[in-house]
Amino acid sequence: MIMKSKIPAYLLFFIGTLDLIYKLFFGAIFEPDSDFYYEYVRPFVTFTPFIFFAIGGVFLKEYRVNNTLEIYGTTKFNYYTPQFFVFLFTILIFVFFIYNAQVNMDTRGIQFGFDFLRQEASFDVNFSLIEYDGSHSYGRVYFVGLINTLLVAVTSIIICTIIGVVVGVARLSPNYLIRKVAGWYVEFFRNIPLVVQIFFWYFAALRTMPLPQNTEPFFGSFFLSIKGFYTPSFLWNNLDIFIYSLIFALISIIFIKKYSDKLRAQEGKQIPVLYISLSLIIILPLLSFLLGGSSFEIEKPVLKKLAKTSYIFEGGLRIPPEFIALVLALSLYTATFVAECVRAGIEGISKGQKEAAASIGLNRKQILNLIVMPQALRIIIPPTTNQYLNLTKNSSLAALIAYPDLVLVFAGTALMQTGRAIEIIMIVMFTYLSISLLISLGMNWYNKKMAIKEK
Amino acid sequence: MKKFYYLKSNKKNLKIFILLGFILIFTSILDVILKSSLGINLTSFLPNTINFLFPLIIGSIGFYFLRFEYTGIKNLDLLNKNINTNDFNAILTLLIIFVLIITVPPSLNWLIFEATISGETKESCTGEGACWTFIKIWFRRIIYGMYPDEHHWRINISFIALIVLAFVGYFTGNKLRKYLPLYYIIIYPIIAFLFIYYLISGGSFGLVWIDTGSWGGLSLTFIVAFFCLIFCFPIGMILALARRSDLPTTRYISISFIEFWRGVPLITVLFMASVMFPMFLPDDLFIDKLIRVIIAISLFEAAYVAEVIRGGLQALPRGQYDAAKSLGMGYWKMHIFVILPQALKFVIPGIANTFLALVKDTPLIFVVGLADFVGMITMAKANPNWLGFVMEGYIFAAIIFWIICYAMSNYSQKLELKYKTDK
Repeated sequence: MIMKSKIPAYLLFFIGTLDLIYKLFFGAIFEPDSDFYYEYVRPFVTFTPFIFFAIGGVFLKEYRVNNTLEIYGTTKFNYYTPQFFVFLFTILIFVFFIYNAQVNMDTRGIQFGFDFLRQEASFDVNFSLIEYDGSHSYGRVYFVGLINTLLVAVTSIIICTIIGVVVGVARLSPNYLIRKVAGWYVEFFRNIPLVVQIFFWYFAALRTMPLPQNTEPFFGSFFLSIKGFYTPSFLWNNLDIFIYSLIFALISIIFIKKYSDKLRAQEGKQIPVLYISLSLIIILPLLSFLLGGSSFEIEKPVLKKLAKTSYIFEGGLRIPPEFIALVLALSLYTATFVAECVRAGIEGISKGQKEAAASIGLNRKQILNLIVMPQALRIIIPPTTNQYLNLTKNSSLAALIAYPDLVLVFAGTALMQTGRAIEIIMIVMFTYLSISLLISLGMNWYNKKMAIKEK
Repeated sequence: MKKFYYLKSNKKNLKIFILLGFILIFTSILDVILKSSLGINLTSFLPNTINFLFPLIIGSIGFYFLRFEYTGIKNLDLLNKNINTNDFNAILTLLIIFVLIITVPPSLNWLIFEATISGETKESCTGEGACWTFIKIWFRRIIYGMYPDEHHWRINISFIALIVLAFVGYFTGNKLRKYLPLYYIIIYPIIAFLFIYYLISGGSFGLVWIDTGSWGGLSLTFIVAFFCLIFCFPIGMILALARRSDLPTTRYISISFIEFWRGVPLITVLFMASVMFPMFLPDDLFIDKLIRVIIAISLFEAAYVAEVIRGGLQALPRGQYDAAKSLGMGYWKMHIFVILPQALKFVIPGIANTFLALVKDTPLIFVVGLADFVGMITMAKANPNWLGFVMEGYIFAAIIFWIICYAMSNYSQKLELKYKTDK
């Protein structure tokens, strides 16, 4: 006799759910104290909820086969049941985790909360762009790490874009040797794990650099030693006026560009935007020096003797070797992917486009600037942004060579000191997540803007 | 300007120009070779800058003389077409040749000709070149980690058996061929797990139990990569289907899951698995760190695999779904027999890239204290008896990983060609 109603199926699902909840939070209902039970029976007892679900499923199948009409087309039943189960499982997993975390934290006497961010951190960070020492709070440590991470990411993104575009174009060069060398570069750096590359640059390559007393200066006052890269630095007076003038110049350039576009579209007139913007960006900062009272001196690094065999550079700007190794590895590695994106983009433009452009009398430069590039960019930019995102996430490998980025100072040192594993890892993950989501939002906006507008 | 015009190569005195051009180019190359490898500077009487640029100037003039539209000499035309199209290209060509001349012989010397491999201790490395003795002595550790020496045969046997079992597909007859996906997706992973659980981990059949803490080296890299590959694929497939489904709840849960894992770096995921995850489990439930890490990496990569598969699903024309439905197939039948086989064919390169990324990500497990291949080298280089051989260690790691990854990417390209069904 075939079951023709769905009641047994629902009953079994209900029992299974109850059983699952009970098992998750209270353990087994019945536990005899025998070896035989633990060896052979318990593994099956663990899975009883799923056995209930499976048998319920079989009943449901029977029912649905007998009511063929309901199989096709979305019935209410087909629509709600799977959703209900997926939802139930997700909620159960979350509740299970949170319940256990609560129990574990209670037994260890830990409170959940973010008040530790205001406590004094009392550890030093050896490279920081903002003012920081041990007396600042953990919240400050977070910002130090975040800024260091962003610094590495932005520097590497700029360098990898330059290398990537050059290599990507070189791979399409008519010159056989250039094409091959660019191909080797991509094949070589793409197939070696980033970790190995970072270790290589930091532990092997940069460690062969000379000690401070043996360094040869290049271009007068740049020193590359085992302690890092020393460059002259600027000591500013009234830096803010200079920056304001720069910002003002940039804003006015944007307005002039918009105005010129409008003029060209409406009246067909052309203004020399390039010259105007160049003169603006030179003259305004110059004015800030002459009238605004901002000025700078150059401070050169100078070798100083500390003890008999220990020397150190003083003054100037020190770029730590960790930073150099990280930027080198990240940009050389990511550049291979950017190069492939660029190549795919340029190859993606059909030959007909170039021929059509040539046939209406554009020259090579105009073809590249007006026809190929705008279309190629549409193909290049989405995957390239993805690579930038990967680079930003990969910059967290900084922790491996002790560059004080977000992961090392916050998820490393701060976590060890406070023991707030859940909060800190949540904050770090949330930070990276928001960076990613911000970049993807920007990407979507750009995609919408660049999409071919069909009429 | 007119005078210069006469210097332009023309066909009338073709032979003179060819001779002149080749002589100039060979002079420049000879000059670079002499300067770099023998240290003889023939042009030291010239001012410093010109002395430095001398080979480049001479060489580019040589290429300029050689540049003909068409000569009828096959090799010369090939040369002009490929590396000598204009001045800029000629200079780039020369630069590349010079850089190769300057860098290749010393690196080959260091790598092979002056390298040492004999001897047992650090002291035997007296030459200028690399000290491969370091790798030789530490080889077993680099491959097997801290796994006890007398039990290495267990790892060897399991790996050989698994490799042999992986090639079953080549020897099956046509009758059994249709069961191959089943074998590779379900049976093979189970066999692999049994091998690793009973043979490598031990603890039964009279084998000594060996803690996962002492596993390591290249074998651990393979174990982690292998299991993550196996797990992340089905999870990714389910996530992709859920993201494409009509049911809002499943869709949104899948979207948030995928976006979460794609948004965070792997290193924080590993930290989470090792530091935070034990807090979320009941006290009496202990999951080994290796398993936690494998689960974490699998979930992480599954999100990427899901996005790749979703791309394939979206590329499939609507008609395929309609055709499958019109044959009376339900959701699962339609996807298993019609949609997924085609969609997966589309995304072979994407999946191969994700798997490649996974293999390249495995050394990261080092941060949570599991000493894989790279981790073992990092530990070996810190050994007080063997200080100062960092370069050799990481170059060895780079070579091994390069071979693995290059082989994988080449194989994926072959696979792509093999399964290309259309046109």
